[in-house]
Amino acid sequence: MTVDKNLLLQFLLRQGDNTLILGHRVSEWCGHSPVLEEDIALANTALDLIGQTQMWLGYAAEVQGEGKTADDLAFLRDAWDFRNVLLTELPNGDFGQTLMRQFLFDAFQSVLMGRLMGSTDETVAAIAAKASKEVAYHVERSADTVVGLGDGTEESHNRMQAALEYLWPYVGEMFESDETDAAMAAAGIAPDPSTLRAEYDALVTRVLAEATLTLPESRYAHKGGRTGRMHTEHLGHLLATMQWLQRAYPGCEW
Amino acid sequence: MTTPMTRPSTDQVWEWLETIPDPEIPVITLVDLGIIRDVAFHGETCVVSVTPTYSGCPATSMINMDIETCLRDHGLDNIELKQQLSPAWTTDWMSDKARAALEEYGIAPPQPAGGPTRCPHCGGTHLEKLSQFGSTPCKAQWRCKDCLEPFEYFKCI
Repeated sequence: MTVDKNLLLQFLLRQGDNTLILGHRVSEWCGHSPVLEEDIALANTALDLIGQTQMWLGYAAEVQGEGKTADDLAFLRDAWDFRNVLLTELPNGDFGQTLMRQFLFDAFQSVLMGRLMGSTDETVAAIAAKASKEVAYHVERSADTVVGLGDGTEESHNRMQAALEYLWPYVGEMFESDETDAAMAAAGIAPDPSTLRAEYDALVTRVLAEATLTLPESRYAHKGGRTGRMHTEHLGHLLATMQWLQRAYPGCEW
Repeated sequence: MTTPMTRPSTDQVWEWLETIPDPEIPVITLVDLGIIRDVAFHGETCVVSVTPTYSGCPATSMINMDIETCLRDHGLDNIELKQQLSPAWTTDWMSDKARAALEEYGIAPPQPAGGPTRCPHCGGTHLEKLSQFGSTPCKAQWRCKDCLEPFEYFKCI
């Protein structure tokens, strides 16, 4: 079954923009982490995410067919063209908030990549197979850290509970679906995200219970990132840093 | 004009590739590591398929350059490097020779159990994990509680 090229492109941008924006956010920790091991871990996580971005945006550029590269898509689009979920662009906050955000995202990726490995699109399946190996140890580490800090001291517990309450309203957007998702599901390229919620909730509930944290009851969700309708004010600032070199010195290479 | 040469066999090309060390762990070769998936001639072009170890591994571009330089040094001019994502690289493809070389070098080789079996320095078996991440994407940091030395473990993926 053939799928509308523009819809496939939207789907690929959503994947690549999620990993690109979160990868950049996590890289902001480089040289600032509480201990050396965590610094290395965060930098490596960022590196994996940016590696996955090269695959997703590389394929997006190929599907787009305008002779662009993954770099063009990463560095020469402005905020309104990005399709990442809002969760990924939120500021790092403290170390605990960064790891809570990472866990909420890793848990989603671990469910999604498992499904995408069976995609009817060979390239999507191959990228997912590659990424899933990395996602597996990302979620293992972020879950362990959430448990360690949640079930830690009174100070770390309170910070993790506050991080969860701040981030939870951004979880719902990952399970949104629209015409792009419907087309991907119909073509067997990707599952409708709304069908992933039960598996996600089971994983997150188990880890947060072990972390002695209380899941907020509200299901209110901030939205607008994955459709590009409205990003938070944080994305523009992130892009200003990330894209500065290519904007100031167009075409610069080393 | 270059002098026309007879096309080498793919076995010959594999032999040449067998001499290229990994840029970050020079005691093992790219062939040992299992990342060179195929060598074939399409017409006069030698096509080498390479799979990345980790998607963001910064050594990838260095590896591609090393392959190209090696083959050019052996007189091959038409070279194409193809990135092959599927099937995804696994440490199962690493040769026994490479596993022994890693240990000798001080890096514990990957184990299906998910952690090292013994300390590469003293052979001790009382080990603890310090971090899932190390100096390169493919390694984790461990410590031996017998000799108290830290060491790196090549992650099993």
